[in-house]
Amino acid sequence: MKIENRVRLKQFRAECQQKHSELKCHILVCGGTGCLAGGSEALYQRMLELTAGLDNVDVKIGDEAHTGVHKSEDIGVHKSGCHGFCEMGPLVRIEPYGYLYLKVKLEDCDEIFEKTVLGGLPVERLMYHEGDKVFRSQEEIPFYARQTRLVLKNCGHIDAEHIEEAIAVGAYKGFEKALFEMTPDAVIKTVFDSKLRGRGGAGFVAGKKWQQVASQKETIRYVVCNGDEGDPGAFMDRSVMEGDPHRMIEGMMIAAYAVGAQEGYIYVRAEYPLAIQRLKIAIAQAEEYGLLGDNILGTGFSFRLHINRGAGAFVCGEGSALTASIEGKRGMPRVKPPRTVEQGLFGKPTVLNNVETYANVSMIILNGAEWYANIGTPNSPGTKAFALTGNVKNTGLIEVPMGISLREIVFDIGGGIPNGKKFKAVQIGGPSGGCLITEQLDVSMDFDSLTKLGAMIGSGGLVVMDEDSCMVEVARFFMSFTQKESCGKCVPCREGTKRMLEILERIVAGNGKMEDIDTLRQLADVVGNAALCGLGKSAPKPVVSTLNGFMDEYIAHIRDHRCPSGVCSKLRVYKIDPELCKGCSKCARNCPAGAITGVIKSPFSIDTDKCIKCGACVDQCAFHAVYIEK
Amino acid sequence: MGYMTINGLQVEFTDEPNVLSVVRKAGIDIPTLCYHSELSVYGACRLCMVEDDRGKTFASCSERPRDGMVIYTNTMRLMNYRKTIIELLLAAHDRDCTTCVKTNECHLQDLAHRLGVNHVRFKNRYDDPDERHPLDFSSPSIVRDPNKCILCGDCVRVCDNVQGVNAIDFAYRGTDTIVTPAFNKTIAQTDCVGCGQCRVVCPTGAISIRTNLTEVWNAIADPNTIVVAQVAPAVRVALGDRFGLPKGENVMGKLVSALHRIGFDEVYDTTYGADLTVMEEAAEFLERFSAGEKLPLFTSCCPAWVKYCESRYPELADHLSTCRSPQQMFGAVIREYYRNPEVNSGKKVVSVSIMPCTAKKGEILRPESKTNGKQDIDYVLTTTEVVAMIQKSGIVFEELDIEAADMPFGIGSGGGVIFGVTGGVTEAVLRRIVKGHSRLDLEKIKNCGVRGEQKVKEFELEYMGKTVRAAVINGLGNVDAVLQKVKSGEVHYDLIEVMACRRGCIMGGGQPVGAGQKTRTARAKGLYDTDVNTQIRKSNENPMVANLYEGMLKGKEHQLLHRNFEQRDLEAAEKAAAKKSKKKAAAAK
Repeated sequence: MKIENRVRLKQFRAECQQKHSELKCHILVCGGTGCLAGGSEALYQRMLELTAGLDNVDVKIGDEAHTGVHKSEDIGVHKSGCHGFCEMGPLVRIEPYGYLYLKVKLEDCDEIFEKTVLGGLPVERLMYHEGDKVFRSQEEIPFYARQTRLVLKNCGHIDAEHIEEAIAVGAYKGFEKALFEMTPDAVIKTVFDSKLRGRGGAGFVAGKKWQQVASQKETIRYVVCNGDEGDPGAFMDRSVMEGDPHRMIEGMMIAAYAVGAQEGYIYVRAEYPLAIQRLKIAIAQAEEYGLLGDNILGTGFSFRLHINRGAGAFVCGEGSALTASIEGKRGMPRVKPPRTVEQGLFGKPTVLNNVETYANVSMIILNGAEWYANIGTPNSPGTKAFALTGNVKNTGLIEVPMGISLREIVFDIGGGIPNGKKFKAVQIGGPSGGCLITEQLDVSMDFDSLTKLGAMIGSGGLVVMDEDSCMVEVARFFMSFTQKESCGKCVPCREGTKRMLEILERIVAGNGKMEDIDTLRQLADVVGNAALCGLGKSAPKPVVSTLNGFMDEYIAHIRDHRCPSGVCSKLRVYKIDPELCKGCSKCARNCPAGAITGVIKSPFSIDTDKCIKCGACVDQCAFHAVYIEK
Repeated sequence: MGYMTINGLQVEFTDEPNVLSVVRKAGIDIPTLCYHSELSVYGACRLCMVEDDRGKTFASCSERPRDGMVIYTNTMRLMNYRKTIIELLLAAHDRDCTTCVKTNECHLQDLAHRLGVNHVRFKNRYDDPDERHPLDFSSPSIVRDPNKCILCGDCVRVCDNVQGVNAIDFAYRGTDTIVTPAFNKTIAQTDCVGCGQCRVVCPTGAISIRTNLTEVWNAIADPNTIVVAQVAPAVRVALGDRFGLPKGENVMGKLVSALHRIGFDEVYDTTYGADLTVMEEAAEFLERFSAGEKLPLFTSCCPAWVKYCESRYPELADHLSTCRSPQQMFGAVIREYYRNPEVNSGKKVVSVSIMPCTAKKGEILRPESKTNGKQDIDYVLTTTEVVAMIQKSGIVFEELDIEAADMPFGIGSGGGVIFGVTGGVTEAVLRRIVKGHSRLDLEKIKNCGVRGEQKVKEFELEYMGKTVRAAVINGLGNVDAVLQKVKSGEVHYDLIEVMACRRGCIMGGGQPVGAGQKTRTARAKGLYDTDVNTQIRKSNENPMVANLYEGMLKGKEHQLLHRNFEQRDLEAAEKAAAKKSKKKAAAAK
């Protein structure tokens, strides 16, 4: 059914809203990747079975994509996108009560069905607790209460596989406004004035990009969305694509209208099959309603969207490598100029933004540049989604206004460090970012402040580390990632990262030399300044920032052959506590290296020179007498 | 247009495409390993980094010059970067420099020396035998040694940008990256035409000429063989500067003398073979032109082009002239001549051709190149290999007296000599078909548009009241644009000459490397000057050619001078049969 004009669109939206509000009860089983892995598919099936037992309820899922929300039934079971509170998955949200059930197991389904679905009562034991306090609604939970969810507003709250639900909650309103009430120039001006900055890493002003593309002589232009979210631990873009795909598609449509593009490409990394599937469904549904395709809403504006699946290369998140990959070429960055806005995809002017950036556009158009500019900081307005992981109580997906302090994120939203450990550092921006240390906890989280500290927002990964983390090992980990993901084109990145990794491996194995630190710094300088693309240039950042913040750890590894956190296995020193040892000889019998000796019934001891640090003795000791010396 | 300040000096720039060109124009040779003015900018070696007045560093190859720019090219920081980059490359390079075929000509070695890299802090990658890649010896033209590859991509881009062949590209990523044919095939399994341009641009020993030196030295050492050589026109103008003689000077006299001293029994001039080609090809052209059949006629002198045409345009392959190339015509004639027991004195004859070209090494193996089922030419040596022979022999080349090529095949016309330059074949054929031979007649042909370095040269010439439309394609990468138009009927030509290497054989894949613009111009001038100084300008006026047609060649013109399609079909059938029986055997198993 094609929507021919604006009047019909308004009618249709009203219909969707009507149907949406008619439903007595929505059961939203989180279908984000994390919860799916936690078994949410089984929960969903069980909920379907339970609700199917009702006489007057007809529940459909999957094939109802074309029929819209259920007509006669008043209970809907849906697969929603990610709620963000992945630590507590699988999650089930029940509307209209706003109950959020955490860590739901299959056997909980019957209770939920009986109490909540039929009775409207909460199952308190499945709700978020803090001490004795129970948080009944999702919005009250501190994890959510401290956030400003604009981009992620609908994630987890709507059925991501039905355009009608998205439209009911306001999708395509911004596009409608742009298309019927604004000129392309006015759209660009609004985005420019809002100071929206690209959420992909460097933070380039999006409106400027659009302006530059619109001013090119070449009239064939492209709009490309970078969904190649490759940073380890980052999943903001995935959540948007899986949970609210229409928000991002709408942003691309507005961009296409603004710069006069007729074709758009979404480049999604191959590791996101669910995102690809949801996007495909979203595009098909938008096409069916005539929101994508030729002569959209009778305005003469045409826009078609294509999905390109990546092939597993981190570097394809870099603009020119990404366009090369779409073109079917080897995903390798090229030298600039010409820049992507001049000669991007297929050599034509191209708007290239990432998922989160596009997801911001519609609300800017709807609410105006001024509204948006008032959120966040003057130079980094808006919100930013972060993937909060590591040694923090509440891991998951969060969205906060720019300018918030790291302390608020880690301790208020994240709930602090678990198990009473001390905070040590946060790795921000993944392998391209740097470490922020305790002294930097109060820094404002915005593009410019972080760049000054040698870190970057990057795509928004936040890995929290406690006192048990070895910073040399962290540097080694990220370096091994960038080294593996180097495309191999320019010498500094290809060979430099390999040698930096070689040195770091040597240090964590206890074979480092003091001059290695100078060599590391020197290589970091060469790679950081001479590499061809942004990925190469930022590759040494984890090393440099750990060298700056944790030089003592490097020195301990090199000079004292000791890992202060006890992480680096080759540097561990195993000891037997004579107080606890009963002299049973079990450890000695199980030591593959014959490093443990002693007399029965008196304390045993470990010969450190013979010890191969396998840890078998620790596992075998029934009295916890074997420990790692720090 | 504008001015920029380089190291404190003001430098004017006009239409230079990048900062690097301006810097080099200013007399500062910033090192590069991946920049070639004729290839697309790749920006991978990062050696050409410069620093601006705000301390920002950038690669000068990929930055447009701007008025008022202030840059520094040799700050401590930049020198440190360059040194480290070379050090990193050396650590990932199979450093058998003393025995490497490229030693003394290796760009990496040169830069290491220039930038003062006396010590490599990192462990060499190839200390670990598992890191080694096998060498690819599958091609008769080139050898690929991935262990010496520094991944500058010059070969990949020359094969794509300039030659349009695309036989090789990058595969895998990070330090696992290698340059390879698709799906790890060998180079022989690709559409590689053997032009050797990859080897010309390769800064290291990663791509080198597949040499036949050992075989030739052995033949020379064998008292029971007569070793005869033929020397192609382009060789004589490319070899002198290796021995301190002026660039582009025709050193044929010294070369003949050197080859004699090395031990070649007879040294002939391939120019003579070129004259035979002109005779046959002109006849074939006139035949097709008057009949209006299979036009345009494609020249077949360049084996790289022949192979390209067969693999990319099989539907147009019958437009290729049936003539053998000068090397092969001459090879067949030499074989025939030495068949006479009075001439061969009972000895085995080893026929060696000295060529500017690596594709010629492949041409001799083709079935169409064979006579009576046997190879006519035994070995092809490139100019580069001959330089090595001269050096090995200890001959002081520059001091040699000149000698004339041996009879009865020692005379060639001016038309034959210019085969070595783009447009030369066409010019020689045109000389053959026009009636007059006055200076004015020849000047008219010279100025018709056949000469010059343009990628595609088109021109018309009156012949017997009709207009002959010809095109000269200068470089294989320009073929597609022309042939697409020919196929669509958009343009019509009667004759198309194609030389795979830009500027013709003088810039062939077997020539000494490192030839810049001055050398190229000098080599072309060397051949054109030789033409002017030759008494016989037209191939059909070469008396030795006339003698041959009346004597030995009588009745054998077709057998000796045209491509042996019977042999080709025979070998193709044999191959098909072998494949079939193999399949059968496999099925039976």
